[in-house]
Amino acid sequence: MSERRVTLITGTRKGIGRFLAEHYVAQGHQVIGCSRQPPEWEHERYLHISADVTDEAQVKELFARLRREVGRLDHLVNNAGIAAMNHSLLTPYATVRRVMETNLGGTFLFSREAAKLMQRAKYGRIVNFTTVAVPLKLEGEAAYVASKAAVEGLTQVMARELGQYGITLNAIGPVPIATDLIRAVPKDKIEALVGRQAIRRLGSCEDVANVCDFFLQPASGFVTGQIIYLGGV
Amino acid sequence: MKDQILPFIIETTRSIAEEQGIEVSGELDEATRLFGEGGLLDSLALVSLVLAVEQGIEEKFGARVEIADDKALSQKNSPYRTIGTLAAYAAQELEAHRAAG
Repeated sequence: MSERRVTLITGTRKGIGRFLAEHYVAQGHQVIGCSRQPPEWEHERYLHISADVTDEAQVKELFARLRREVGRLDHLVNNAGIAAMNHSLLTPYATVRRVMETNLGGTFLFSREAAKLMQRAKYGRIVNFTTVAVPLKLEGEAAYVASKAAVEGLTQVMARELGQYGITLNAIGPVPIATDLIRAVPKDKIEALVGRQAIRRLGSCEDVANVCDFFLQPASGFVTGQIIYLGGV
Repeated sequence: MKDQILPFIIETTRSIAEEQGIEVSGELDEATRLFGEGGLLDSLALVSLVLAVEQGIEEKFGARVEIADDKALSQKNSPYRTIGTLAAYAAQELEAHRAAG
């Protein structure tokens, strides 16, 4: 394909999302990013569209603009997510709803709208984000783990539904990475978690980008519905 | 409104069927059953048709309507049972969209 690859990434204002946006801009992709607030950085091949991933009308407006201004979409990286670290008995229901709406709802809305666009071209790559906390059944993260387990289910079912359209869906499960998401987690908790990995260190944005690169590459067209956890979990 | 949408749905159904290698014998009309027993399309082609109709409405009428529905695959109540019911459903959604301004 000679045209420039078009990559949409959610949650690009900071953390892994920002890293991936800059990573794919550097690889020559046209990158479209979104977050509720605009980022403090810019690039000529980066278009930012402010949107709340849980707001269906805003998500649809984002895709309408993408269709109008860019016209196609090769890759979607559903990075936007929030965590909630708390004992289930101390977790307000409002928190559960917020976590589910962002992590599952946002991933669903973007995947559905992206797939509508991708199926026309019979080509697409969708990468979702889960976490090693799912297979580790991490205590203190019931709502977060449940939302990410749901993302894994969504990934695997949509992979089967969209395979015929040349669209693949896979998920990356990172270990803790030094971003805002884990800043509030006590150090001993992080150390205990890292201790359960085959390779005992914090993850890096480069580790995530490496797996994402693999899922996005055209040669990975026969890889779908897969979950890759980092760190040997 | 339904009368305006109907010819476009017939034309889109024909092109989706051709694209999917499904043989269309004879004329297509309001009574043509789209899926289920005696239906023209398989589920993959039905999804493609619904998406093409959504996109076509956006292009022709400048309105972004969603004709996705929870009863989509119900044999009895699906708005996609026949070309006629799909046209009626799309027209209803388009009118609701316009009324909402």
